[in-house]
Amino acid sequence: MPGPADPGFDTLALHAGAAPDPTTGARAVPLHLSTSFVFQSAEHAASLFNLERAGHVYSRLSNPTTAVLEQRIAALDAGLGALATASGQAALHLAISTLAGSGHHIVASTALYGGSHNLLHYTLPRFGIHTTFVRPGDIDGWRAAIRPETRLLFGESIGNPGLDVLDIPTVAQLGRDHGLPLLVDATLATPWLQRPTDLGAALVMHSATKFLCGHGTVIGGLLVDGGNFDWQAAHEQHGRCPELCEPYDGFHGLVFAEENTVAAFALRARREGLRDFGACLSPHSAWLILQGLETLPLRMARHVENTSKVVDFLSKQPQVGRIAYPELDSHPDHALAQRLLPKGCGAVFSFDLKGGREQGRAFIEALELFSHLANVGDARSLVIHPASTTHFRMDDAALAQAGIGPGTIRLSIGLEDAADLIEDLKRALKVAEKAGGKTGANAAGGRA
Amino acid sequence: MKIQRPNLPDVYAYTGGRTPQPGLPWLVAVHGALNDHCVWTYPARWFAHHGWNVLALDLPGHGRSPGPVLPDIEACAAWLRQLLADQGIAAASVVGHSMGSLIGLEAAAQAAGDGAGPRIDHLVMVGTAVPMPVSDALLATAAREPLKAIDMVVAFAHARLAGEPGNPGPGTWHNTASRQLSRRILERAAGVAGCEHNLFHHDFSLCNRYARGLEAADAVAAAGHTRSHLVLARRDRMTLPKAAVEVGRRLGADTQLLDAPGHDLMQEDPEGLLAALRQALGHALR
Repeated sequence: MPGPADPGFDTLALHAGAAPDPTTGARAVPLHLSTSFVFQSAEHAASLFNLERAGHVYSRLSNPTTAVLEQRIAALDAGLGALATASGQAALHLAISTLAGSGHHIVASTALYGGSHNLLHYTLPRFGIHTTFVRPGDIDGWRAAIRPETRLLFGESIGNPGLDVLDIPTVAQLGRDHGLPLLVDATLATPWLQRPTDLGAALVMHSATKFLCGHGTVIGGLLVDGGNFDWQAAHEQHGRCPELCEPYDGFHGLVFAEENTVAAFALRARREGLRDFGACLSPHSAWLILQGLETLPLRMARHVENTSKVVDFLSKQPQVGRIAYPELDSHPDHALAQRLLPKGCGAVFSFDLKGGREQGRAFIEALELFSHLANVGDARSLVIHPASTTHFRMDDAALAQAGIGPGTIRLSIGLEDAADLIEDLKRALKVAEKAGGKTGANAAGGRA
Repeated sequence: MKIQRPNLPDVYAYTGGRTPQPGLPWLVAVHGALNDHCVWTYPARWFAHHGWNVLALDLPGHGRSPGPVLPDIEACAAWLRQLLADQGIAAASVVGHSMGSLIGLEAAAQAAGDGAGPRIDHLVMVGTAVPMPVSDALLATAAREPLKAIDMVVAFAHARLAGEPGNPGPGTWHNTASRQLSRRILERAAGVAGCEHNLFHHDFSLCNRYARGLEAADAVAAAGHTRSHLVLARRDRMTLPKAAVEVGRRLGADTQLLDAPGHDLMQEDPEGLLAALRQALGHALR
């Protein structure tokens, strides 16, 4: 029978979490730049601290403006709640630190943002947390890497920068079979293209700096609890998740999974992670990200449309080698993308420019509309050379594992007129070709 | 905490973060269909830290309490009274939401009828309607496609796109929180004894079949042992406030109507609910 349903995505992008301000009537979300919130009484204060009542205490823990953003991304991602953090990296750290400690282990995809790779490969081992990296499509590899002390599986919905598509349903189910949650970094997809929780992921994180904000103005992160992972069952059947299912000394023996049957993760992440590590998001940044979220559906549609046109252009250029975009038949994850990303594969992709580093340098420097910088997901189009910037700490083997070559160029397609972007690329390719001639290289000769 | 009784299935009760102490009044909270104790976390913690012993129960076959499920509201009420008696609880205040409100009403009526067993001092019916019919279409959907029925109920039960920061805190999107709780309770009850189809259909059937609610209200009022209260939500589309008028009249209940929330008023307006509960139970505070 037909029945009522949740509001649609576009409606949620505008309204979830926000109502006209009851005091002033303000229709836009008010910006509450206040560190703290006055208690009604001593008893009220004690009740808030003791989780007896709902409300805001101190903006490191929660803030009314930030809470609107958290509700909104949770609604868009079909999660039960979210936590806003100072950056995407802070969101990843919050997820890991909520579930893992010294002696624990993570299984992660090789196709990760360079900053995430740094955290897992170089930094967390110093704190006793080790990671085994597996190629995202190697399901047997994921399975084989799981250990008794594993606490988390982690991958990107669209891997950076080769655009490997994570088989979320399969990896999530593998995790559930072993009592392990799957955390998906959905920064490049955004919930408009894919909602990982619908596919079985337990947790979702975003660098909100990118498409969610969409205007290249602020740094922020979001961590969404899907509410679909049974922490108690994982504890009872596999001995995992004691952090959520056993008494917590930091809160009078409280058991998070008893306080809330489905939101134990979100509860601990806020009550411990934000409280103690303190990587909260500024309310001002939350407000700016909210402005971006309101137009996310419109922007993402245009981002994807422009990207298709640019990819089509590049695919016909003799100077361009491999294009890593899953909508192309040539991409190894094309079929998976058609199944899991039916609305498109986003607006960030990489391609190999034939020729050497000199051609790459000339190409990037010749671009005028494309800005050469370390970011993606801006309204403006962006370009970068991953091997020398975002992924420069990776050695050649790790680069190759992540699908990055010395001539790989990464583009983030913005909202300009596609024809202008193509014209810019066309001009830069000519400059690169000439640069190849000056150095004696055959630009079309396949030297990569 | 787990309540263990000889020759009977265990029962899980959330105590609001404090172990029950001798000499304090008892507040027993009963959840609604396909829910569990955690819908009461905030008020349970508040009352537990303000002079009450709290038992927020998982009904048999729900959440952490094993089955079998009970066949009707009358049996649930009898189970509740027996549980209190087994714990040596002579008197309690009972707050119930939706299906749980019917269990509380029936328990008060049974106590009034036999004059034995635990006394129910206060009955607080939250988000209630008497009778509580469930449409044939929804019952059929619950039987055949419980996940679809859950989605329907989630949409019906929430009135706001901007709920207050309920459990687990600010940043909660109540629609998914409610949906996932119902799904979890359904999953955990897979195969539990006593269900014809599944736990969702079973719970809805209990609500739909409970026909003696108004008669029970008369019995409660006639006995005069129980003070009754209704806490309703103006925007409730599951149990319309007008559908509780008659039971409120027969009980002689005081009624509080919350403006903002829908049927999931524990999540959508936790502060409003707490204020209403405090007002209802306030005079019994020690």
